[in-house]
Amino acid sequence: MPILEVSGLCAGYGASDVLHDVSFSVEQGGITTILGANGAGKTTVLRALCGMLRSARGSIVLDQVQVNGKATESIVRLGVGHVPDGRGTFMNLTTEENLRVGAMTRRDKAAVAADFERVFSYFPRLKERRHQQAGTLSGGEQQMLAISRALMLNPRLLLLDEPSFGLAPLVVQDIFRIMRTINEVQKVAILLVEQNASLALDLASTAYILETGRVVMSGPAHELREAESVRKSYLGY
Amino acid sequence: MEAFLHQVFSGLANGAIYASLALALVMIYQSTHHINFAQGELAMFSTYLAWAMINAGLPYWAAFGLTVVASFFIGLIIERAIVRRVADAPVLTVVVVFIALLVILNSVTGWIFTYTIKVFPSPFPEEPLFGPYISSHEAGVVGVSIFVLVTLFLFFRFTPLGLAMRATAENAVSSRLAGIRTGWMLALGWGIAAAIGAIAGMMVAPIVYLDPNMMSGILLYAIAAALMGGIDSPLGAVIGGLTVGVLENIMGAYVVGTELKLTVALVVIIGVLIFKPTGLFGRSFVTRV
Ligand SMILES: Nc1ncnc2c1ncn2[C@@H]1O[C@H](COP(=O)(O)OP(=O)(O)OP(=O)(O)O)[C@@H](O)[C@H]1O
Ligand SMILES: [Mg+2]
Repeated sequence: MPILEVSGLCAGYGASDVLHDVSFSVEQGGITTILGANGAGKTTVLRALCGMLRSARGSIVLDQVQVNGKATESIVRLGVGHVPDGRGTFMNLTTEENLRVGAMTRRDKAAVAADFERVFSYFPRLKERRHQQAGTLSGGEQQMLAISRALMLNPRLLLLDEPSFGLAPLVVQDIFRIMRTINEVQKVAILLVEQNASLALDLASTAYILETGRVVMSGPAHELREAESVRKSYLGY
Repeated sequence: MEAFLHQVFSGLANGAIYASLALALVMIYQSTHHINFAQGELAMFSTYLAWAMINAGLPYWAAFGLTVVASFFIGLIIERAIVRRVADAPVLTVVVVFIALLVILNSVTGWIFTYTIKVFPSPFPEEPLFGPYISSHEAGVVGVSIFVLVTLFLFFRFTPLGLAMRATAENAVSSRLAGIRTGWMLALGWGIAAAIGAIAGMMVAPIVYLDPNMMSGILLYAIAAALMGGIDSPLGAVIGGLTVGVLENIMGAYVVGTELKLTVALVVIIGVLIFKPTGLFGRSFVTRV
């Protein structure tokens, strides 16, 4: 039973569509990745899922609930954490306030406090910079903050838009390791959009390749890794 | 010297009122990037509500409280019913809507209550309790304003709802992705701004008397104050308000005469826009580029 089932998704900005009849799914507790070149429409897929594009048509089913046409905040409240393109940091708020905004919809105070400790254990740097204005954090720290903010929502499904973007290789490895932990320990399903195909295919169990708004290939991640066309275009060997 | 001190203190009292109204402007500016030109007329309308309640026999503070609550809902409803429909419209459309609101509120009030100038009571005693330089009403105005400002500060700084409103004002998209109902946060902002305006109106009415045009000059001072402090800075609005209040009084008494007092506000507005568009405290946060 997939936690997310998308079929026939079309969406765009203004007159013409960017996505054409896109279908994919994410298994309960699973990790799915969508790969694609710049401008393929990966970010647009995530935006459409979260009700951020009025033009979106098709069917989006989240844990048996049809979410098409729902407001972003209502979809999020069903347990969807979205780490957006560009990180979406609240620059004027402190690190801690950013995290508190992430937990805004929750009433379980004790669990929220535990999640604070959990994200601080994932990213000790954030704890050190707890009272620092978030606008002054480094790019990598802001990426950590964006992931942590989404985790503070206690999501069942985490949407990640290029979490490795602009980060040093060591930090990227850190973040991928933490994503695996989040998935295994907290049983959070993950939909990962990435440029870094190699890491993404290692982490995910299922993969989709998006080209100019269409799914051109899909299957188990290890099979796609072996496919010659994927190797040439996305892995570079 | 006594006369001078008196001018300073009564300037502070006026300034506290400008500061409150400027704060209302800043609140709406932060989340919508528009100056609500109807803020003054809304406050004027609220003050008439209070006047009607007091005339109907309600004790002052009961009328005061009811007016603040009613104004909150009026602001909320205006945002939900009108303002949010033009949220994505071009700037000029929004400005026209605000000016239309201003004119409508003004003429509806005139139509209901007539344009005859009315006396509005002060809740504070006649005799000066705080020395010779400041009347009790002026001292009361300062006290009420400080109370309002401190309450707002505590609300925005320490409550989850205040944090949600700050987050929404800064980044609506990210706020929605955190599950915040941003539409309601904006409406709430309008409600709070209208409530602050109502208090400012009731505080100034005993000084300027009640008539449908009583807030037009005061709105100008408030805009000057907000711009001077930096239109997106709450602290700036307060400091700007007090500065404009004192400046206005001293200029009026010693330099330009009372007839040209309002011109001082306009000079401040134009001067800030030309020489320091960000004001004293505008956008002072540090960002990484
Ligand atoms: N806000 C927007 N308004 C108009 N067109 C947009 C907007 N955002 C994206 N597009 C267009 O939609 C297409 C898909 O963009 P999208 O951001 O989804 O690509 P992407 O796969 O995420 O690329 P990248 O890897 O560079 O992030 C592009 O052609 C882009 O120009
Ligand atoms: Mg993208």
